[in-house]
Amino acid sequence: MIKVNGLTKDYGARRAVHNLSFDAQQGEIVGFLGPNGAGKTTTMRILTGYMPPTDGEAIVAGYDVVEDSLEVRKRVGYLPETVPLYHDMAVFDYLKYMGELRHIPNVDDRVDEVLDQVGLYERANGYIGNLSKGMKQRVGLAQALLHRPEVLILDEPTIGLDPGQVVEVRQLIREIGKERTVLLSTHLLNEAQNLCDRVLIINKGKIVAEDTTENLQARLLGAERVVVRVRGESDELADTIKSVKGVRKVEAREDGGVEFEFASGKDLRPEVAKQVIKDGYDLLELRPLGMSLEEIFLELTNSEGKK
Amino acid sequence: MKNIWTIAKREFDNYFSGPLAYVVMLAVLLPLGIYFSLILFYTSQQAVFGGGGAPDITPMNGLFAFLMVFLSPALTMRLLSDEARMGTLELLLTAPVRDSELVIGKWLGAMLFILTLLGITLIYPIVLNNFVTPGIDWSVVLSSYIGLILLCGTMLALGVGISAIFSNQFAAFFVTLGLIFFLYFLVGLPANLLPQSGDLLNYFSINNHFTQMNSGTITLGALTYFISLISFGLFAGTTAIEIRRWR
Repeated sequence: MIKVNGLTKDYGARRAVHNLSFDAQQGEIVGFLGPNGAGKTTTMRILTGYMPPTDGEAIVAGYDVVEDSLEVRKRVGYLPETVPLYHDMAVFDYLKYMGELRHIPNVDDRVDEVLDQVGLYERANGYIGNLSKGMKQRVGLAQALLHRPEVLILDEPTIGLDPGQVVEVRQLIREIGKERTVLLSTHLLNEAQNLCDRVLIINKGKIVAEDTTENLQARLLGAERVVVRVRGESDELADTIKSVKGVRKVEAREDGGVEFEFASGKDLRPEVAKQVIKDGYDLLELRPLGMSLEEIFLELTNSEGKK
Repeated sequence: MKNIWTIAKREFDNYFSGPLAYVVMLAVLLPLGIYFSLILFYTSQQAVFGGGGAPDITPMNGLFAFLMVFLSPALTMRLLSDEARMGTLELLLTAPVRDSELVIGKWLGAMLFILTLLGITLIYPIVLNNFVTPGIDWSVVLSSYIGLILLCGTMLALGVGISAIFSNQFAAFFVTLGLIFFLYFLVGLPANLLPQSGDLLNYFSINNHFTQMNSGTITLGALTYFISLISFGLFAGTTAIEIRRWR
């Protein structure tokens, strides 16, 4: 559905996107993750036919973004970073205008349907200028959904929404992502974690990592780290854990817990639990410490910077 | 074609969603109305004493053209510049709409407004026709109105083209005003002093071509002039939008 090959974009002397390649299948939600200025918006603008790339090719919904720009634009729904709205227009009129430009049959009915979907039916006749930021964001989303696009490209779709709306919008994106291709950019790592099937981490115009969030964690860690906590004093707990074969890097924590590590793929938790109980401790907690996406992100973007 | 009409219709409606349409209408119809009553008064006075010619519509439409030099930049200044400033240009450029359709649609929206305004002014020749025996010369009225439509079309096309270049509507306004002022008033001035290139400079004057048509003469030269400038303005606008994409 989206196939990008060697995409490069220069702004004058500055290279914003450097030899980017990735693809996204139908029914997949792909997250585009990166710090500001990493090239996320530029890539999205190329994929939506807004601007041509300097080099490389991009196929969206079966059409080349340069050769068949109009065909691509017919099949893509796009929510830009700054939601493009006419503030002096009513919500309904705005969506109807966009629908007419996209030649949607029975446009009035379809606008009602989409307004219902984004929960703005009651505000249909209100002026866009009078809406809250979250509502404006949803009008923008409605505009992107209007023509039932095969590919949905969303530049930071949940920014500016209150927590309740964030949940709703994510739910909406998840539903859409079941049948269509969704590419969304975000710098909220937990959003990528709980919304996307796959994450592309991009920094300085290059992809630095591409995988599912779980795999990314496993790959970076190469080992699993676990914390153990017992009731009462635990001075010798560290020694008890050290006695289990295969356990590495045992460290007592200030809060009384003990952390240890073992090579991933060989789960030592049952052995450790048995040993702890055998030595007479009351085991309270045995919890894996996953590396958060934040840590992965910093790790990747920093190591890229050092090169 | 459908896209052009959709954009034109929205632009036309948009004029009336703010004060601009009403301000421009007032700025045109008030002076025109006062001027019209003065013409009627003056010619009727002359008729009492004998002599004087029959009143005609030419000076009215001349005034309309003069006012358009200042008002047409106001009608076109924000057409594309504001889309760029508000970020809505990104929306239109990622919709399945050709750049040329966007520019022509914007221009047509402004033209629809001008045509509405011109439609209202048709009341003057109709009133005049009732006062004058055996009636006014309608072929001159027709030629004069075709002239006005072409004149306005030219001014608006140049304005849309300039509006596509700027993100600031006031920059677009002043550059458009400057260009139209130059083409209307200034370019013909040195013609008298320069016998060699005088004809060429005269050919570039909007005013000369319009004055001809306003008095009932339609020449191929005038038609070519106006249609070329309209095409040039729309082409420049489309090119400016395309350049925006590459930046």
